[in-house]
Parts: sequence; structure tokens; C-alpha cells
Amino acid sequence: MSSAVARYVCSQGPEQSTDICFSGDWTLDAPAPAFTTLASELEQQQNRTLRCQVDDNLEWDSALIAFLLQCHNYCLTRELTLDSSALPDGARKLLALSTAVASLEIAAAEPKSLLERLNPSAPLLRLWHSLEAALEFIGSVSLALGALMRGRANTRLTDFLNFLFEAGPKALGIITLTSFLVGMILAYLGAAQLAQFGAQVYVADLVTVGMLREMGALMTAVVMAGRTGAAYAAQLGTMQTREEIDAIVTLGISPVEFLVLPRLLALIVIMPLLVIYANFIGILGGALVASGMGVSLTQFLEETRTVITLTQLNVGLGKALVFGTLIALAGCYSGINCGRSSAAVGEATTNAVVTAIVFLIVADAAINIALQNMGI
Amino acid sequence: MTTDAPHIHVEQLTMAYGSNLIQQELTFDVNRGDVFVIMGGSGCGKSTLLKHMIGLYEPAVGDIFYAGRSFNKTDDAGRFQLRREWGITYQSGGLFSAMTLAENTALPLQQYTKLGATEIADIVAYKLALVGLAGYQDYYPSEISGGMQKRAGLARAIALDPDILFFDEPSAGLDPISSQLLDELILQMKESLGATVVIVTHELASIFAIANNSVFLDAETKTMIAYGDPKQLREDSSEEKVRRFLARGKSGNGSTA
Repeated sequence: MSSAVARYVCSQGPEQSTDICFSGDWTLDAPAPAFTTLASELEQQQNRTLRCQVDDNLEWDSALIAFLLQCHNYCLTRELTLDSSALPDGARKLLALSTAVASLEIAAAEPKSLLERLNPSAPLLRLWHSLEAALEFIGSVSLALGALMRGRANTRLTDFLNFLFEAGPKALGIITLTSFLVGMILAYLGAAQLAQFGAQVYVADLVTVGMLREMGALMTAVVMAGRTGAAYAAQLGTMQTREEIDAIVTLGISPVEFLVLPRLLALIVIMPLLVIYANFIGILGGALVASGMGVSLTQFLEETRTVITLTQLNVGLGKALVFGTLIALAGCYSGINCGRSSAAVGEATTNAVVTAIVFLIVADAAINIALQNMGI
Repeated sequence: MTTDAPHIHVEQLTMAYGSNLIQQELTFDVNRGDVFVIMGGSGCGKSTLLKHMIGLYEPAVGDIFYAGRSFNKTDDAGRFQLRREWGITYQSGGLFSAMTLAENTALPLQQYTKLGATEIADIVAYKLALVGLAGYQDYYPSEISGGMQKRAGLARAIALDPDILFFDEPSAGLDPISSQLLDELILQMKESLGATVVIVTHELASIFAIANNSVFLDAETKTMIAYGDPKQLREDSSEEKVRRFLARGKSGNGSTA
């Protein structure tokens, strides 16, 4: 295969025209000359016609046509004539085809004034709109709950039971793993500090109170946000793209009653149960670490028994209810408001998890501050 | 209910997504018993028009009347009543993927009637048999072929013996034989139910086989440029674009473009 460099030569042609003679390998494998150099050469000449000529040894493919298309567009803006009759048959036809439909004129965006671009109220306005939409969603969920209480909602028990199973028994494995490890981490954390005072046995207090009040609920919620919240957003988002939600609306069924309520209620029911389980496993994890530090299981459990109170347990369970609601709302809201493409489903899922985790931590902090002030 | 009013009357309808105008000033009637086709090139707003007609989107301007009643101006109870009379199939099927075909078809019956579970099961079996899916009750939509999904969607749409059947691209993605069978099915449904049919499609074969009235939406002028029987429009529409569309790129008077 001969590989000659792709080149063109401009020369004065007959009757006030400029000849551009193409030669060499105008193929995608070899670098082609940049059109800008030709454009600047053409600026120098006065002729109104450009004639394309080809050398006998010309090899060409899309690289040549792409170059010719730029010539064509250049001629169009300068009102020059491009004579392509001397081109190879195929090249001429492809050029004709690619120039058959006029290029889309993109209207130049109106330049925005500096004030408009830096408009400080724009992000606030967006925030306000998203807040409005979120409040509207929460409102319609409340209305649907009201309808359910009056026994007039389109919520199917089988759906609810399915989601209960999805969120409960199927999540036990991963909850076991994370809460056991969190219990161990709490124990290690406390043991190092308490050993300085020779008070290792109080590791039991630390682990128990830590799991019951805080870590049991929070870790379970984080796992469930990633596991179940994301699943809700993806399910509803996919239903949106497949027009299933349209079908529900046109059947006269409220999507909130039909799709959101069973998911929300399933999480509200299952979260406290999962948290009780997580607490138990977390304390076991703590006990394992403590036994390695000279605190026997009996000692550990005896100490645990003194701090385990209904109040401590209830704080965790209360948080579990709040967290479960937040995860389900974030997941369903993102899913129902999903766009109609597969990229939008991914976005909705990400949104659901991020929103849920941010709200979890904010809510947790708020609850802790409130409880501190109430002295609980 | 006034009986002499056209079954569906679209009045000065303008459709827009925010500031993005889709179509404007659409005014047409769909008469009782018509097979009405909404046609036009890709991306001209055919499906959007259908979604306005089934009350999913609210018109930017104008209104749509069903036997004289405006959907957008009625309260929830009135909308419920109107929707009871509609059967709809969607472009992407719209079957609930988490439910079996039987559950899908049963849903409108559970929603709008007071029938018991066994009666509903009987009707579901009959509707599935009508569309040639007898015995497929316990299959999930993902377990059957695309053509079968379309027919299952039809079974759900006709569950309540609707007055108006809306189809969004019913034969898109089907082979010629399946799509012809679907056309025949639609015609038979229409005749036996006495229903009015509104179809979004650009399949010429379907258009000429079943339609007796149509509207042509144009993406460039953003409005309707033809209205009437497609067979007649092919012969003597004043719009070159419509004649070419209906004659598959050949200009209406026999000469090739």
C-alpha cells in the first residue's frame, strides 16, 4: 500500500476560478490537512468559483468528504460557488447527500446581562420550586394515608406484603454483618479509652447505649437507604419510562396510593423490627471484643442489664420510624419524578440515596439535640 | 349527555412543554364510530396529542370535549366516569411488569366494578382468549414476546368494554403479519363493541386498512395541515407534504419526487 501524504494545491484556474487539486491518501488512517489553512489561503484570492480537481493517485474516504463539507459550508457563508464536477463519482454523490438538508441554524443565545448571570435569586428560586414540589408530594402522601384509613385507597395488600418481605427477611444478612461489626468497633473504641482508668467492664455500657440510642438505627437506615430506597427509586423510575405510571393514572388510580403507600408502609413497619435485631447483634459483637479484653460474657451481660432501659430502646425505635419514612419518601419521590430515559433512572436512584442519607443525618442530629434538651 | 355532539371534539388546542411549543391551534372532531388516525412525521407531537386526549397532560390553551364534556373542567368524580369509558394501550406496552397478565387485565375491573374475584377471573380469561392469549394468565409481561405484550395491552384496554379505544403506535416493532393481525383485531373490537378508535401511527398499511378519518400534524409549521379520510387526502390534499407522506414519498399525482 503506497502511503502518500494527503495534500492539496491551490492554483489559478480558467475564468476567474481557483483550482484546488487533491492528491495523496485522504483517508482516516492518515492525518488530513486542517481546513483552516485552506480557509486562510482562500481569503487571499478574489475568485468567485472554487473548482475541485483530483490527482490520479488520490485515495479517499470519509476524511476527504469531511474536508469537502467544510469547503461547502465555507462557500455557502461567503457566497462562492463550489464546482465539484471533477470529483470521483462516489465522492460527489456523498457530498451531495451530506449537503442535501440544510444544517440546523442554531439561534445565537441571547447574551445574558451580568446581573442576570449572577442573579442571586435564581438558585434560591430553584430551591423554592423543589421545596414546593417536595411539600406537594408529602401532602399527597398524607391525603393517600387519610384515604387508606377510611378504607378507600387503592393500596393492595399483596404489594405491601411483597415489599415487607423484600425489605425485611431479605435484608437480614447484610444487617447482621454491619451491626455485628459496628458493635465490635464501638467496643474497641471504648476499650482503649476505658482501659486507661481500669474500667474495661464499662465497655458493655458504651456498646449497649451506643447501639440502642444511635448506631443501631443509623447504620440500619444507611444500609436500607442504599438497598431499599435505591430499589424504590429504580422501580418507580423504570415504571415511568415504560409508561406504566401513565397507565395507572388513566385507569383512574392514584399512583401515590397504588405505588408509594405500600412501599412507605412496608419500610415503616420493618425498620423498627430490623433495628431491634441490629441492636441485639451489635451487643453480641461488643461482647465478643470485650471477652478478648478480659471482660467475661457474664460480666458483660450483667453490666448490659443495668443500662438497658425501655427509654433507651424507644429512642432508637423512634428514630427507626423517622428514618424509615425518610428513606421511603426520598426513594419514591425521586422515582415518580423521574424523567423518561434510562439515564434519568440512574439519576433518580443516585438522588434517592444521596437525599435519604443527608436527611437521615440531619434528622438524627435534630432528634439528638431535641432529646438532649428534654433530658431524655 | 348530548348525543349529537361529536364523540371527541378538540378545540383550539395548543400543546407545550414549558416554553417549548409542540403544536398549536388544533381543532378537529372525532365522530362516534370513527377509526381516527393521528399521523405525521417522527417527533411532530403525535403521542403528545394522544396524551392530551387521555387527560395525562393539560392543554396550554384550548380544551377537549368528550360528547360535549370537558375533561379538564370536570371534578374528580366526573373524570373517573369519563375514564371508565376509555381503553388505552401504550407505545411501550404500559403493562405492569410486576403483575401477571391476569392481574394486569383484572386491574381495571377491580377498579371500576364491584365484581367478585371468580367473576373477574372469568372475564379476564375471556378477554385474554379474545386477543389470542388464552391460558397465559400467570405469565409476566417480561416472559412473553413483544407482539404478545401488545395484545395483552389490548386485553387490558378492552377489559371494561370501552366506548373509546386509544392506541399509541400499536404496531411499532411488530413484523408485517403480526401487525396485520393486530389491525384486524382492532377492527373487530371496534365493530363488536361499537367503539370509537383513536390511533397514533405512521404505518401506511394500517392507516389505509382501518382508518376513515385522520389528522396530519406537521412538525415545521407546528399545526395540523390536513384533516379527513386518509384515502381521500392521498388523492387530493392541497398539501404536497401530506400527499407525499401518504404515497410513501411519491408525490400524489403519480410522478415520482
